[in-house]
Amino acid sequence: MGSITLEGVCKAFGSHIVIPSADLEIDDGSFVVFVGPSGCGKTTLLRMIAGLEDVSGGRILIDGANVVDVPPAKRGLSMVFQSYALYPHMSVRGNIAFGLKMAGLPRAEIERKVAAAAATLNLTPYLDRKPRELSGGQRQRVSIGRAIVREPKAFLFDEPLSNLDAALRVQMRQEVTRLQRQLATTAIYVTHDQVEAMTMADRIVVLNAGSIEQYGSPLELYERPANLFVAGFIGSPRMNLIGEEVAERYGAATIGVRPEHVRVDRDGEGWPGTVRAAEHLGSDTFFYVDAPGIGSVTARYIGELGIRAGDNVRLQLDAAHIHRFDQEGKALR
Amino acid sequence: MARRTSATRWLATTIAAWVVGFVIFFPILWMVITSFKTELEAFSTPPSLLFFHWTTENYAAVQERSDYLKHVVNSIVIAGGSTVIAMLIAIPAAWSMAFAPSARTRDVLLWILSTKMMPSVGVLVPIYLIYRDTALLDTRVGLVLILCLGNLPIVVWMLFTYFKEIPKDILEAARMDGATIGRELVYVLTPMAVPGIASTLLLNVILAWNEAFWTLNLSTLEAAPLTVFIASYSSPEGLFWAKLSAASTLAIVPILILGWFSQRQLVRGLTFGAVK
Repeated sequence: MGSITLEGVCKAFGSHIVIPSADLEIDDGSFVVFVGPSGCGKTTLLRMIAGLEDVSGGRILIDGANVVDVPPAKRGLSMVFQSYALYPHMSVRGNIAFGLKMAGLPRAEIERKVAAAAATLNLTPYLDRKPRELSGGQRQRVSIGRAIVREPKAFLFDEPLSNLDAALRVQMRQEVTRLQRQLATTAIYVTHDQVEAMTMADRIVVLNAGSIEQYGSPLELYERPANLFVAGFIGSPRMNLIGEEVAERYGAATIGVRPEHVRVDRDGEGWPGTVRAAEHLGSDTFFYVDAPGIGSVTARYIGELGIRAGDNVRLQLDAAHIHRFDQEGKALR
Repeated sequence: MARRTSATRWLATTIAAWVVGFVIFFPILWMVITSFKTELEAFSTPPSLLFFHWTTENYAAVQERSDYLKHVVNSIVIAGGSTVIAMLIAIPAAWSMAFAPSARTRDVLLWILSTKMMPSVGVLVPIYLIYRDTALLDTRVGLVLILCLGNLPIVVWMLFTYFKEIPKDILEAARMDGATIGRELVYVLTPMAVPGIASTLLLNVILAWNEAFWTLNLSTLEAAPLTVFIASYSSPEGLFWAKLSAASTLAIVPILILGWFSQRQLVRGLTFGAVK
């Protein structure tokens, strides 16, 4: 079991408030990703759940029990660090076994569990090596092994893949997700990479300036962003945000249209504009269009349209997919 | 062509390095050579480098005049004792400043270092009077104490810099893994800090071994280490270059042996952090 609940959790460093008040409920066995720009407090929140950072107020419940005053070791959580944080003087075996050794398990049981964890992560041939003799991906595997071997109530991941190269990151992303499903252990995963968030999460927590902006499934966030921040943060390229007269026409202070919901044509109806730049990926084409009436707009076209930079085009916004926001940036529904 | 240039450069660098190394080493070489000359030859101008009558009479004379072994034992006790005590105080101090710093840690560190900025001679009279009144003059305990206090700032600083290099993440990982503070110290921190501790220890032994100001001023006979033994050959009956050199050579032999066997540790310790 591993349900985690935050009730009015806040954090201040001196007079500087990092997290004003966070409420969150994480179901047992779910994969929750904290995402947000750097400095939004996502890592601080994770470290407070881990117990590595004191809370300034509020309660953190793990399986219903308040753990605010419980030291990290007794919370039954395990953590994977961005820097891997392996013990450099111990072998892979020693690294994975350390937590079990601290828990005072009998040697035979430790051996068995370490062997099982190593097998799951394809680390068996490396058990007697030191961390410095491993590649980045292998090191991160060891650090994941160290986390799973203890069979914790929940895994805490602090940007674990950001030190890996792009190809390895995609591979590890899938491995981590598969492992979490297989073990059915609650996981909280911190990242600033929204692709990681979208692909791995059951539910995403979008954080901005220490506040939870929205909590929902990836597609919920994409299709129904609660406010301008989430609308702009989730999705790549960013959602087009259009204000003033055009928005007023829809009865909103700001409207948002995703690039795939902007239709580009050589002529016909719609806003006239000039293509400032065009990115031809073969499968898709991205157009960056300056349209005097609505401003700078990004449009996505599936396939190839034969329009180049400098061409004059017409833009049409798909009325069925327009997001409307009020003065405060909240979504109008 | 490129190969030729690099070969020439390699040769030039090698020669330059040898020259620099030789210049730095020359005084020691000169001392060792002089120790095998007669007093007359030691004074002669121009000095003879290799072609003179080699003799070991100085060593015999030195051995006869003073009790070399007694000074060696004193040096070992003073250097070793002051180092061990300094380490016992400095390790926890550096530890807490590196891993649990408070708002004042920076100031405390600077204050510790500032005590090294004052010339020792500035406090010679008060220290001497205190030692006289507490009967610490010419005792090993007294010398251990003063050398320990004298080197403590440097030891704390060195250890602090080493401990600072240990990533905090690793300690946090140990805490997540369920290690108590005590076990974190034993299983994670200490093994990682050993190179730093070892090189600090070695450097401190060397500094204490060679310390001359306090040992010369606060000891005469009973507690006198090798530095006093060397100095005794420059007065009052006149300067005896050859015997002085023989005494000096004898004095540096133990520390040279220690340094030779621990040079890897020393170099590693002194460049720790510079090379990842």
